Amino acid sequence: MNPEVEILLIAVVTSVACALPGVFLVLRRLALVSDAITHAILPGIVVAFFLTGSLTSPLLVVAAAATGVLSVVLIEAMHRTRLVAEDAAIGLVFPAFFSLGVVLVTRWAGKVHLDTDSVLLGELAFAPFDRFIVGGVDLGPVALWMMSGILLLNLALIVVVFKELKLATLDPALAAVLGFSPVLLHYLLMTAVSVTAVGAFSAAGSILVVALMIAPPAAAYLLVENFKPMLLLSGGLGALGAVGGYGLARWLDVSIAGSMAVVCGLIFAGAFTFGPERGLVSQIRRRSAQRVEFAARLLAVHLLHHEGTMREAVECAVSNLNVHLGWPVPATRKAIAFTVARGLAFEEGPVLHLTEVGRRFAEDLSAGGI
Amino acid sequence: MEIFADWTLRVVALGAGLLGAVSGFLGSFAVLRRQSLLGDALSHAALPGIALAFLITGSKATVPILIGAAMTGWVGTLVVRLIVRRSRVPYDAALGLVLSVFFGLGLVLLTVIQKRPDAAQAGLETYLFGQAAALLRADVVVMAVVATVVLLVLMLAWKEMKVLTFDRAYGESLGLPMGRLDGLVTALLVVTIVLGLQTVGVVLMSAMIVAPGAAARQWTRRLGSMVTVAAGIGVAAGVSGAVLSSIVPRLPTGPTIVLILSGVVGVSLLMAPERGLVWRRLQLGRLRRRPRQEPVLMHLHALSLQHPDDPDHGHEVSVLRTMSPADIDVEGALTALAERGLAASDRRGLWAPTELGRREAQRTLKREADR
Repeated sequence: MNPEVEILLIAVVTSVACALPGVFLVLRRLALVSDAITHAILPGIVVAFFLTGSLTSPLLVVAAAATGVLSVVLIEAMHRTRLVAEDAAIGLVFPAFFSLGVVLVTRWAGKVHLDTDSVLLGELAFAPFDRFIVGGVDLGPVALWMMSGILLLNLALIVVVFKELKLATLDPALAAVLGFSPVLLHYLLMTAVSVTAVGAFSAAGSILVVALMIAPPAAAYLLVENFKPMLLLSGGLGALGAVGGYGLARWLDVSIAGSMAVVCGLIFAGAFTFGPERGLVSQIRRRSAQRVEFAARLLAVHLLHHEGTMREAVECAVSNLNVHLGWPVPATRKAIAFTVARGLAFEEGPVLHLTEVGRRFAEDLSAGGI
Repeated sequence: MEIFADWTLRVVALGAGLLGAVSGFLGSFAVLRRQSLLGDALSHAALPGIALAFLITGSKATVPILIGAAMTGWVGTLVVRLIVRRSRVPYDAALGLVLSVFFGLGLVLLTVIQKRPDAAQAGLETYLFGQAAALLRADVVVMAVVATVVLLVLMLAWKEMKVLTFDRAYGESLGLPMGRLDGLVTALLVVTIVLGLQTVGVVLMSAMIVAPGAAARQWTRRLGSMVTVAAGIGVAAGVSGAVLSSIVPRLPTGPTIVLILSGVVGVSLLMAPERGLVWRRLQLGRLRRRPRQEPVLMHLHALSLQHPDDPDHGHEVSVLRTMSPADIDVEGALTALAERGLAASDRRGLWAPTELGRREAQRTLKREADR
């Protein structure tokens, strides 16, 4: 396989593998735990690296993932003492772990080839150099095999305990009552996050794993209403972020991991702005539609109030309505257009009259309140 | 050479100490207001600003770089606020999103810089981990200025800060400018974090903000002393971290400071009087060992009600023992009550509640009735 295709494949697989557990993190308000785990795995990686001398050995994955889970245990223990708030516990634990890792690396930097930059930042472009060779046959880059394995593990976890995870995420109390252990599920999930973070750090770097875990699920959260679609869409958006990020990185010749994070951020920004139901644009549009509708209601009641009175010709004159209602001219014009378009009112010469439908509408409103 | 090294150490220690002081001041409020991780997001969001400032000015001069960092950090907090206000994405996810995406952008910009032919770019990566040894006298002067400004703001607006921290709505109802004060505090936090990037770096700056406040909180219940203790812890950790890393070879300053701070937090969580875990465990044991006094007092009170004319009429211990459940240590309880001045015995060893004890018993009865 040519190295570019390999890098792209690794990027996509990593991104999807991160997005799947990310869905649960976002829904369970554990997003920043991913930040903590990705930093806290550093001392585990360092120690395991001293022992094995390789960045891709299975022992390293196990040791580092164990450190990640340990950090979660510590955060929760600290939070349970009620001496510190949960966010403060996160902010205390991961820098301590990370500092420990940095000190370990710097103290023994001469003896090993591992620098903190590569852990923090990652470099996908180097991933294809580490080959998986069995019996002299080159089977492709190790990172690809490892991330595919982790992706399969995550998929298996989600498929096997899907309904338990779903229940524990959406209604933890009910899940506990029904006898699913929320603690067990929580730590299964945390283990999955840790393993994924360890697998992904060499490709994406600690901090960008956070982007891959949070941005696609957060975007999907704004686009769909159900659990399964959210999972599928998160995976899809993650893959899109990977492909887009790789393209951007190739085009500008910049860091692949960085541009993957940026593209994931852009995808979220897109969902945030243009999401069909919850996006900023449709929020604004809905609000202005509601404003016009409300104005039209007031207008209809105004027309009803003056209907058949001597002042009707004055009070309901199209050209004068803005004065009588005390509205700006454009708002008045929009409200009139809305009532006419809905068949609630019609213009007869200079005066606006209610239609039969409009009269009933206005009567209902003034009877039941606006 | 030795004098030069000494001088460098003095500058670094002074800088780290000042940073610790300011972090302690502002971090106390961040911890109390549950904004501990805002600092984390902010420090990551500053990275693209650092890179952008370098791309625009083409130099590593401190001031433009700090301005750039502060600007993108500020934009980051605004984006977090926008996301939380305008969508259902929760606060923590918004923080994580901004933190990682801004950092990714910074990384992209750094790689753009790395490709430029001019050699001046080297050293921008030090902002990731900080490089306290590279602190200059000018940096320390800037830090001292910021520390003074923070101290002045806290002193001039102390009660407003208090209201902002504990009951913002009340402050708003009083017509105090809560929004503006919040903005000012966030701005000061941005400046502090940006200054800290040079010393301890992006990743560890959040610990500088959280740890002194979280540790100080365990030792006191008053805001004034908490802020003071936090600043003290910050100074002590900053200075000792700087000194330690200069003595021990290949010990980076930032992580050393953070590890010292973590140690202080650990000790505080365990040892602090009244709140600490060890203290609480001792307290629990003392409570368990102390004889239960309330039922005995209630019985004494009930007995004394039988003698409305002579409230000090005494009763035998055996009467009280008969009235009480078997697991109550009646003698022990009586002794304890006597120590508290709630009961007294006469020459014949007959027990009666004192005036104070009767009032205490009535209070208990009333409390029960109210429930």
